[in-house]
Amino acid sequence: MRLRGWVALLATAAAAGCGSENDRTPAGAGQQDGGVVTGDLTVFAAASLTGAFTTLGDRFEAAHPGTHVTFSFGASSELATQIAQGAPADVFASASPATMETVTAAGEASGPQTFASNVLEIAVPAGNPAKVVGLADFARPGIKVALCAEQVPCGAAAVKLLRAVGVTAHPVTLEKDVKAALSKVQLGEVDAALVYRTDVQAAAGKVTGIEIPEAGEAVNRYPIAALAHARNAAAARAFVAYVLSADGRAVLRDAGFTLP
Amino acid sequence: MTRTAPTRQRSGLPAVLWLPAAMGLAFLVLPLAALLVRAPWRTLPGQLRSPVVLQALRLSVLSATLATAVCLLAGVPVAWVLARSAFPGLRMVRALVTVPLVLPPVVGGVALLLALGRRGVLGRYLDAWFGVTLPFSTAAVVLAEAFVAMPFLVIAVEGALRGMDRRFEEAAATLGASRWTVFRRVTLPLVAPGIVAGAVLCWTRALGEFGATITFAGNFPGRTQTVPIAVYLALETDPAGAVTLSLVLIAVSVVVLVALRGRWVGGLAA
Repeated sequence: MRLRGWVALLATAAAAGCGSENDRTPAGAGQQDGGVVTGDLTVFAAASLTGAFTTLGDRFEAAHPGTHVTFSFGASSELATQIAQGAPADVFASASPATMETVTAAGEASGPQTFASNVLEIAVPAGNPAKVVGLADFARPGIKVALCAEQVPCGAAAVKLLRAVGVTAHPVTLEKDVKAALSKVQLGEVDAALVYRTDVQAAAGKVTGIEIPEAGEAVNRYPIAALAHARNAAAARAFVAYVLSADGRAVLRDAGFTLP
Repeated sequence: MTRTAPTRQRSGLPAVLWLPAAMGLAFLVLPLAALLVRAPWRTLPGQLRSPVVLQALRLSVLSATLATAVCLLAGVPVAWVLARSAFPGLRMVRALVTVPLVLPPVVGGVALLLALGRRGVLGRYLDAWFGVTLPFSTAAVVLAEAFVAMPFLVIAVEGALRGMDRRFEEAAATLGASRWTVFRRVTLPLVAPGIVAGAVLCWTRALGEFGATITFAGNFPGRTQTVPIAVYLALETDPAGAVTLSLVLIAVSVVVLVALRGRWVGGLAA
């Protein structure tokens, strides 16, 4: 009995890292190109889109009664591999153009469109105990910094940005994804981390964000495409159009994305 | 049906067991075979000499060995208490010992951070009093691996202690040996096969540990990047490299398991 309580407690602690969604009320239905769209739709989307796309999915369902959107959120590269292996997806939204390219090169999609971009921000624990003010602090001795590993998009962007501003950081850890880096900040185990602006926004209250003037040096673009082997091609096209519509843009802007 | 089931004369095994046994083996071996089939054999030798691979391998072997040492020092006494003592709440304690087995390793890592992290329940005092912060250090890798692997050792040793013939201990005590001498000269040698078997399981579990390690110790080449973590990151950009690294890990553990199994683990049934 008590054992269960323990496990539940720890599981809750682990889940505490998840961000909260936006909860704006729907503004209006999106205009689609004729035809009635119904049925199930499966969207594979980068993990950083979790909050925004969950809201978008609800609104899309409201705008197209009879549709049901299921999301699979994960690392873009993993999702791309799953698509290449024949996973039943209708739409793919990637956190990096390079990953989308592997999908289009395999003939699984064509004509991807950039729908949003994300920039890096410094995340510090509430109260900013190490008094970080900018990227220059990352070179300070004694400061604990978490970056993403260079193999994942946020790490590649961090390397690019730090190089552009000429700061040599000495990270204590190269995290496997941006959420892991963020949770190290939330727990206070590091003094600062480079994460996406949308992640800071999703964890508002638990971490503090510091904007980086040079953030434009490393912009992460998000392409979206309906997949060639979509089982519900009409709904897939409609969803892509919805993401690109004024409604879609409003949701993405609220989540902290920059719009093209 | 079982009564009349034909038996194999030579091995004495009922034939009905052969089919599920073959299926079970195939299930275990097939994924390994797939790794071997897809391995980039031509570029393998070069990749094996890459500093990243060697560094990760060295760290993995070192940390798994140290974690096993920690488990032996702490786990054998725990097993002894579980097997030999009687106090209220013993069943509770036994359940707690196996918690790391059921806990998803990532949650184990979060728990370790909450306990021993810079702001952890205990960790804050380590930092304030001794200036020691464990996360992101090789010591954290060892602790994370020991946390996950210890139950394997405790369960094996406890089983051995329960299975041993206690009359040898009683005889030694009758002849005037102190309790500590009995434990050292009689009990330990008798359960040695169980301890070795547990230590081997513990070592291999530690070698493959990923979730708790990357959560508690993070990832930094040479300091906390073990082979499983290197494999995970390689999968992002270099799947062939990930396969190579996986093969290295499998080869090391198979060599160790086979070598020790022949020498020691055969006596486990005793």
